[in-house]
Amino acid sequence: MTRKMKKTLYRIIAAAVLFLAGMILKRYTYVHAALLIAAYVLVGYDVLLKAVKNIGRGKVFDENFLMTVATIGAFGLGDFDEAAAVMLFYQIGELFQAYAVNQSRRSIAQLMDIRPDYANLRRENGELEEVDPEEVAIGDIIVVKPGERVPLDGVVTEGRSSLDTSALTGESIPRDVAEGDAILSGCINMNGLLTAKVTKPFGESTVSKVLELVENASDKKSHSENFISKFAKYYTPSVVFAALALSILPPLFLALTGHGSFLSIFPGWFKRSLIFLVISCPCALVISIPLSFFGGIGGAAKRGVLVKGSNYLEAMAQADTLVFDKTGTLTKGVFAVEQVSPADGFDEQTLVELAACAECYSTHPIAVSLRRAHGKDIDKGRIADVTEIAGKGLSARVNGRLVHVGNRKLMEQIDVPCPEGAAYGTVAYVAVDGAYAGFILINDVVKEDSAAAIRALKSCGVAKTVMLTGDSDASGRRVAEQLGLDEVHTQLLPGDKVDLVEKLLAAEKPGAKLAFVGDGLNDAPVLARSDIGIAMGALGSDAAIEAADIVIMTDEPSKIPTAIRIARKTVGIAKQNTWFALIVKIGVMILGALNMANMWAAVFADVGVAVIAILNSLRALNTKDL
Amino acid sequence: MKKTFKLEGLDCANCAAGMERGIAALDGVNAATVNFMAMKLILDAEDDKFEQVLKAADKVAKKYDTDILR
Repeated sequence: MTRKMKKTLYRIIAAAVLFLAGMILKRYTYVHAALLIAAYVLVGYDVLLKAVKNIGRGKVFDENFLMTVATIGAFGLGDFDEAAAVMLFYQIGELFQAYAVNQSRRSIAQLMDIRPDYANLRRENGELEEVDPEEVAIGDIIVVKPGERVPLDGVVTEGRSSLDTSALTGESIPRDVAEGDAILSGCINMNGLLTAKVTKPFGESTVSKVLELVENASDKKSHSENFISKFAKYYTPSVVFAALALSILPPLFLALTGHGSFLSIFPGWFKRSLIFLVISCPCALVISIPLSFFGGIGGAAKRGVLVKGSNYLEAMAQADTLVFDKTGTLTKGVFAVEQVSPADGFDEQTLVELAACAECYSTHPIAVSLRRAHGKDIDKGRIADVTEIAGKGLSARVNGRLVHVGNRKLMEQIDVPCPEGAAYGTVAYVAVDGAYAGFILINDVVKEDSAAAIRALKSCGVAKTVMLTGDSDASGRRVAEQLGLDEVHTQLLPGDKVDLVEKLLAAEKPGAKLAFVGDGLNDAPVLARSDIGIAMGALGSDAAIEAADIVIMTDEPSKIPTAIRIARKTVGIAKQNTWFALIVKIGVMILGALNMANMWAAVFADVGVAVIAILNSLRALNTKDL
Repeated sequence: MKKTFKLEGLDCANCAAGMERGIAALDGVNAATVNFMAMKLILDAEDDKFEQVLKAADKVAKKYDTDILR
């Protein structure tokens, strides 16, 4: 509670005491009146003052003014009890509202309490000094002890350890780091002492970027928020005019039709219109939407999903078509040997060994995957005469035998017939001493959670899952089948991807949204064009963080259904609040007009509803089971 | 020029919306956003009029019991 709030609380307590005293001493009319007026003024003087000040500034439809009119009106009618009580409860409600908003802000700050407070800086004399992370410069050496939070982005110069990246990624699986590896701010150093050279100042460190992103996300407002703001603008004047009409027209009509004099009928209707005035504040409607989205964004960040705007979170709830890039998004983007098919006279192991040996000096991804499949150290003494044949492969002497490793064109060149095959991937054909020895199929590996992610998306209700790739048709279709995708488009040039997304966007139902998922590096135009651009693998990649609307810190496609579920929960809460507030307010207004509700109901419809909506909004923070 | 300012005293979301509209309507303002949750004002206004705009924005903020912190 802030000091201002505490002061208000004391005033409320004092006024409540006066009010109760007044109620107890009800039979002593003047004492009763005096105590109640005292309570009223004590608890409501700031409202009264603000009302007057704001009229001077031209703000007539100000809730302070309306409350003032309502309560003074009640006094005028002789309802001292109700007037004082309404002001008292109004202030209690306002205080609670301020408290709840403050609590929300703090809850989210706590949730996102990943900011490191200090860094252990190694000075030139070798001593360690605890400093503010902001004082550390690029190139400085810092030491991170076990259990401490990494304060700045850097590269390990000494030591090895495991890092808990859950503050950034929402994942509890530790990542091992050693000399030469990058460490990111916000992570917790688990068990080893690490010495690192700082690569970025605090303001540009990963943790600062993440915190800034979450805070700034509320700058971009959801459609719901904009709509409610506009609605609220018209709501207050409408209700006030309705109140005016209600206080004057029915009595006038009744008086003219002979039901009594205007002055005798007026008070009853005036009282009903005061109820309208109390309900005329749209606070409950307006407050709960930004609060819900703030919670949703914070909750998503906790899961390693950074949403850059409330509008994007809102759009995710309506995501109907998900378009994926293949390489690096649904697949690892790393080649691995998938199949070894030796010819007669050779076995798998020998084939791989010969190929790996021949390729021992090459840095080509194919060579790397062959060596990895072989798995053993290669004695380079056994290999001689390595000759590269550009565009086709290479040849080498392995243990005296002439080995050729390459594509179909290489085999044609050396006159070695090789079988036709459905090449869904890259095929390395091997010939030994001029005879066909077999082929090795090397492919890009699908991520472990890709299939599960697609299944989860479908069960989420995503209508269409599409994959785009520049790879061969066979390759693309195979992955699409493996993962259960609805549509696949292959052999695309970068420009084709944009055109295709345009077509898919045009085919979208109104209100439905299209999300594109890529790695952020090569897909900038497509990310920009989609309703929602999602980049993966953002941990350590500034480009990915910049390029997309929603950034997933890890490489897991399974975070996308999570994002959709969080989005839907958040939007659901915002909708619940809006409907609840509207129904109660309109309900009480109708009841008030029919003389079936009193000022207490009005206060509930105003303040009680706001408080309930605020509490409901806090649910958006909880994304644990999503 | 686009600058972000911290706000103090912003308790009511309705006030935030009103303030945003009021500031956006000021002469010389290209765009104004009030982020109620993070309590900040993002003001995009013409460079040469910036100080004046800021003073006028102060007046708008006062109406809503809010201070724009420098």
